[in-house]
Amino acid sequence: MAEIKRTATRDAYGKALVDLGAQEEKLIVLDADLAAATKTGMFKKAYPARFFDAGIAESNLMGVAAGLSTMGFTVFASSFAMFAAGRAFEQVRNSIGYPHLNVKIGATHAGISVGEDGASHQCCEDIALMRSIPGMTVVNPADFQEAYTAVFAAAKLEGPVYLRFGRLAIPRLFDGDYKIEIGKGVQLREGGDVTIAATGLMVEQALESAELLAAEGIRARVLNIHTIKPLDEEMLLKAAEETGAVVTAEEHSVLGGLGGAVAELLGGCRPVPVLRVGVEDVFGASGPAPEMLRIYGLDAAHIAAKAKQAIALK
Amino acid sequence: MDMQQTKQLARIACKVRMGVIEATFHAKSGHPGGSLSSAELLTYLYFKQMKLDPANPHWEGRDRFVLSKGHVAPALYAVLAQRGFFSEEALKTLRKAGSMLQGHPSMKLTPGVDMSTGSLGQGISVAVGMALGAKLGGAGQMTYALLGDGELEEGQVWEAAMFAAAKGLDHLVAVVDNNNLQIDGSIEEVNSPYPIPEKFAAFGWNVIEIAAHDFDEIETAFEQALRFNGKPTAVIAKSVKGKGVSFMENQVAWHGTAPNAAQYALAMEELGAQLAALEA
Repeated sequence: MAEIKRTATRDAYGKALVDLGAQEEKLIVLDADLAAATKTGMFKKAYPARFFDAGIAESNLMGVAAGLSTMGFTVFASSFAMFAAGRAFEQVRNSIGYPHLNVKIGATHAGISVGEDGASHQCCEDIALMRSIPGMTVVNPADFQEAYTAVFAAAKLEGPVYLRFGRLAIPRLFDGDYKIEIGKGVQLREGGDVTIAATGLMVEQALESAELLAAEGIRARVLNIHTIKPLDEEMLLKAAEETGAVVTAEEHSVLGGLGGAVAELLGGCRPVPVLRVGVEDVFGASGPAPEMLRIYGLDAAHIAAKAKQAIALK
Repeated sequence: MDMQQTKQLARIACKVRMGVIEATFHAKSGHPGGSLSSAELLTYLYFKQMKLDPANPHWEGRDRFVLSKGHVAPALYAVLAQRGFFSEEALKTLRKAGSMLQGHPSMKLTPGVDMSTGSLGQGISVAVGMALGAKLGGAGQMTYALLGDGELEEGQVWEAAMFAAAKGLDHLVAVVDNNNLQIDGSIEEVNSPYPIPEKFAAFGWNVIEIAAHDFDEIETAFEQALRFNGKPTAVIAKSVKGKGVSFMENQVAWHGTAPNAAQYALAMEELGAQLAALEA
C-alpha cells in the first residue's frame, strides 16, 4: 500500500497565512506566545512588521484583535483552542462577537489529539462555546487542503470566524484542486442505510467506518460537515430523510458540538435517530494521540457500532 | 484656557449632567454616579480634544474613543447629543425596547460610539488595538479610553497596559475616573487598586495626575499626552462620584440607581441653577 501523506492542519494554517499575507496587505497576525506551536511563526518570519505577540495574555489578545479590526485590518488571532475559546470566551463574545468584528480566531491544538499534554490542554468544548455566539462562523477542517483553503475563505468572509486546527499529523484526504466552501457540507460517499456526519479528523474515521459497514452489507452515506455554524441544513435534512438514521462523529464533547447541532436541527423538523460519537462527558488524559483517540472511542469501529445501533432504532 | 472658554465648557458639562439625569430618570435605571463624575472629562474630549465629525461619525481620520467603563453610557450619550451626533430628545429612550441607546454602548446602533463595551476591562484592550492600528495605518489618530478606578481590579487592564507600553503606543491615552467608589463600597475597602499612578508608571506608562472637574488641568494633561513620545499616557483624574447633584455626591448608592420623580426634580433644579450661574 502506498504511503499516505500525513500533515497537521496547523501546518496548513501557517502556510496559508504566509500565502495570504502576500496578497492581502491589511492582514495582521497576533499570537499569545505560541507562535512556534500554532505555526503563526511562519508568518512572523515572512512579515515581521505585521505580526504582534501579545505574550501570555489571551484576554488582551482578543481585545487588541478587535481594536485592530475596527481600524480596517483583517486580523487573525491565535492560541491553543483551550485558551482562545476557553479562557478568552467572554472577550470573544463581547469584544468580537457582539460588535460582529472582522476577527478570525485561529485556534490550534484542539481536541484530545493534543495527546501527552493531557486534560488541561485538550479542549473538547470549543465548538460548543463558539457556536453559541450569535453571528460566529465555526469551521473545523478535515485535512491539510481543507484547512489551507479555509484560511482564505475565512479572510473573504466579513465578520468573526473560529477556525479549529489540530496538532496531530493526519492523512490528506483532498487534492490540490479542492476548495472549502464555508457553510456547504461535502458528501464523500453515497449510501441509503445510514448517514455519518463527521467533522475534522473524524472524517477519515467516518470513511473507514463506511468500509467496515459495507463489508456487512450496510450502505453508509458519509458527509464532511466542516462548517458547524452555519450548518448545512439542506444537506442534513435530505440525508435524514433519505437514510432515516444519523450518526455524528467529532473530536469534541458529545455535548454541544456537531452532534448537538445536528440533533437540534433534526429534532425540530425531521426526527430520526441521532447517535453521537465524540468525547463522552469526561476530561481527557495524557498519552500518545492515536492511543487517546482509540481509548476515548474516536475511531472507525466505534462509529460503525453506533451506525448499526442507529439503524436498529429506525 | 481663557475664562470665556472655561465657562463655555462648564456650561456644556452641566448640560451633559442634565442629560444624564434626564436619561436615567426616564429609563428608571442606569448609572448616574459615575456618569456625573466623568462629565468634564468627556466634555473636554468631545468639544476640545478629539478630531471628529458629527456629520460623518465613521470618518476614518477621526480620533477614537472607547468607554471602557461602559456603564456610564448615559454620560457618553449626553455628550454625543450635545455635540450633535443625535438629538437630545433621544436621551429619553435610554434602555427602552427598540432604542438605539442601549444600557451599555453599542457601536452598531449609536452614531459616534466607536466600540461596544460594558464588560469591564475589555475596552482598554480594544483601545490598545486601535492605537496599534492607527500607528500601522500611519494616519496618526489618537485613541482615548475612559476607565473606572474599580475597573482596574480586572486583570485584563494590566495585560493591556503591559502590551501598550511594550509596543510603545504613544498615541494612546487612558483616563482613569478616580471617584473612589464601586458597587460594594470604596475601592480600597473592596479590593484596592491603589496606588494607581505608581502602578501605571511601573508598567511603563507616562503618568499625569489631575483634578477631574478642572478644565485647565484636563487641558494641560491632554496637551502633555499629545507631545509625549515613546510611551502611552495614563491620566489619573481624581473625581467626585455623583458630582453636581448634592445628594448624589460621594454616595455609593447612586452608582446604579435612577432618580425617582422627586429626586429628578431636585437634581434638575440644582443643575438648572448651576447653568444659570454659568450663563450669567
